Amino acid sequence: MSTAVSTSVEQIRKEFPVLHQEVNGKPLIYFDNAATAQKPKAVLDALSYYYEHDNANIHRGIHTLAERATSAYEDTRKATSRFVNSNEVEEIIFTKGTTEGINLVAQAYGRKFLKPGDEIIISHLEHHSNIVPWQILREQTGAVIKVIPINDKGELIIDAYRELLSGKTKIVAVNYISNSLGTVNPVKEIIAMAHEVGAVTLIDAAQAAPHHPIDVQGIDCDFLAFSAHKMYGPTGVGALYGKRRLLESMDPYQGGGEMIKDVTFEKTTYNEIPYKFEAGTPNIADVVAFKAAIDFIESIGYSFIHEHEERLLNHANKVLMDIPGMTPFGQAREKTSVFSFNIEGIHPFDIGMWLDAKGIAVRTGHHCTQPLMDWFKIEGTVRASMAIYNTTDELDTFAAALKDIVKKFKK
Amino acid sequence: MSIEEKQEEIIEEFSVLDGDMEMTINYIMELGDSLPELDDQYRNDDYIVKGCQSKVWMHAYLVNDKVKFDADSNTAITKGLVSLLVRVLDGESPETIMEHDIYFPEKIGMNRFIGTQRSNGFAAMIKQMKLYALALSSKTKTGA
Repeated sequence: MSTAVSTSVEQIRKEFPVLHQEVNGKPLIYFDNAATAQKPKAVLDALSYYYEHDNANIHRGIHTLAERATSAYEDTRKATSRFVNSNEVEEIIFTKGTTEGINLVAQAYGRKFLKPGDEIIISHLEHHSNIVPWQILREQTGAVIKVIPINDKGELIIDAYRELLSGKTKIVAVNYISNSLGTVNPVKEIIAMAHEVGAVTLIDAAQAAPHHPIDVQGIDCDFLAFSAHKMYGPTGVGALYGKRRLLESMDPYQGGGEMIKDVTFEKTTYNEIPYKFEAGTPNIADVVAFKAAIDFIESIGYSFIHEHEERLLNHANKVLMDIPGMTPFGQAREKTSVFSFNIEGIHPFDIGMWLDAKGIAVRTGHHCTQPLMDWFKIEGTVRASMAIYNTTDELDTFAAALKDIVKKFKK
Repeated sequence: MSIEEKQEEIIEEFSVLDGDMEMTINYIMELGDSLPELDDQYRNDDYIVKGCQSKVWMHAYLVNDKVKFDADSNTAITKGLVSLLVRVLDGESPETIMEHDIYFPEKIGMNRFIGTQRSNGFAAMIKQMKLYALALSSKTKTGA
């Protein structure tokens, strides 16, 4: 991982063209980064450069453009491998995003190896994308799903997790960081405990990649999935890391071109990893531009990101807590720059609409974590999720906007 | 006032707001405040209008062969939007409601104000109100 360079948030903001506009007559404040982050010029430039200079289909073309496109595509695989510290480049599979990565593991690994009565452990903090693929697998195999409970702060209860583990546990799939609350989970400990009972682990790192260094060998996960678009990269691209021996033991996820060695009507032999799992023409341009997003994060460095986002979260806690009727959700000791809340007597939808009128983009609703909302006995929250380009001034404007909105409902 | 006249009146009112989002939301919420209270017995899943992001409960019944709509929502802005539909369709005969095109949401730029997804919710509400009218049409004295 490259070290932090001397930079400032002001300089970083200049790299993001989309931030410099007015929405509903007010300067845009973008606090919906947990849904998707904005893209720096380097990513936009990489996309258009690829289409303007190198566009071709990859891997089998013999002409110059095909060679350039293949090389750019594989460069991103190398960069991704370095980014998550995988042992081998071939352990990186490109996907559409985190969701596809999880579905791939559920189907290509889970369907092959799970039997009736085998257990899958997930947690109460999961996004629907780390719940539903396992429910589908449960239907297909007769496996059983167990759920790690959480405490009032929105932290996993590790003692309860220990109780759930047994020889029946075959898969443990949890998120690195909660999308709704920002809780950072102790994944290294969770993985070690799973390995003690012989279970395979999958980490949903969608919310980790933009905020927290990922070291797949350090945490010793078996699978890890994340998306480019939440880490300042293009939409429609993600990566799945898997340990070689597991990936090799799995059946293909989809059939088609690219993933085969030889095809006859009698028998088809499959390609080696990672190509075995990349059927069809992939999203080449966005994979190529994904590298620019990795380079962007590495050029800033996670220590700078962490320091700045912690400052934002502390400031949010300071200026938002004295808003009348404020109830925050998720007060984990380890958390990222997410502030999820409700204001007494005002529906999150109304708050979100009012904020939009004031140029402030937040997310309202259940954030694809309905079981978590049920646990808190609420329908949803307002979620302000911050990123590297947000500022404490924006949080001050946000707090003032919320105070104004509260007044409108107290009339 | 005819359904057309009521729609034209709403279009005129919104044109004064000149597309200002805050003023528009303020106005929509004020309209919601004027919506008569919905009896608690109708605030349950049997009366929920499907297709809306936020919850809307609606009860329709006949008074002197005219359809009356009582409605409420769990969000202030949606309640205001519902009140506009109630204002246009309340007190009309089932046949009139079924026959008339509801065009004012598009004319006041509802898409721009509440986003396409929620406009679908709005369309669902209009459809539901017409279905209520259809169901009630067989119960009028003249029949249908």
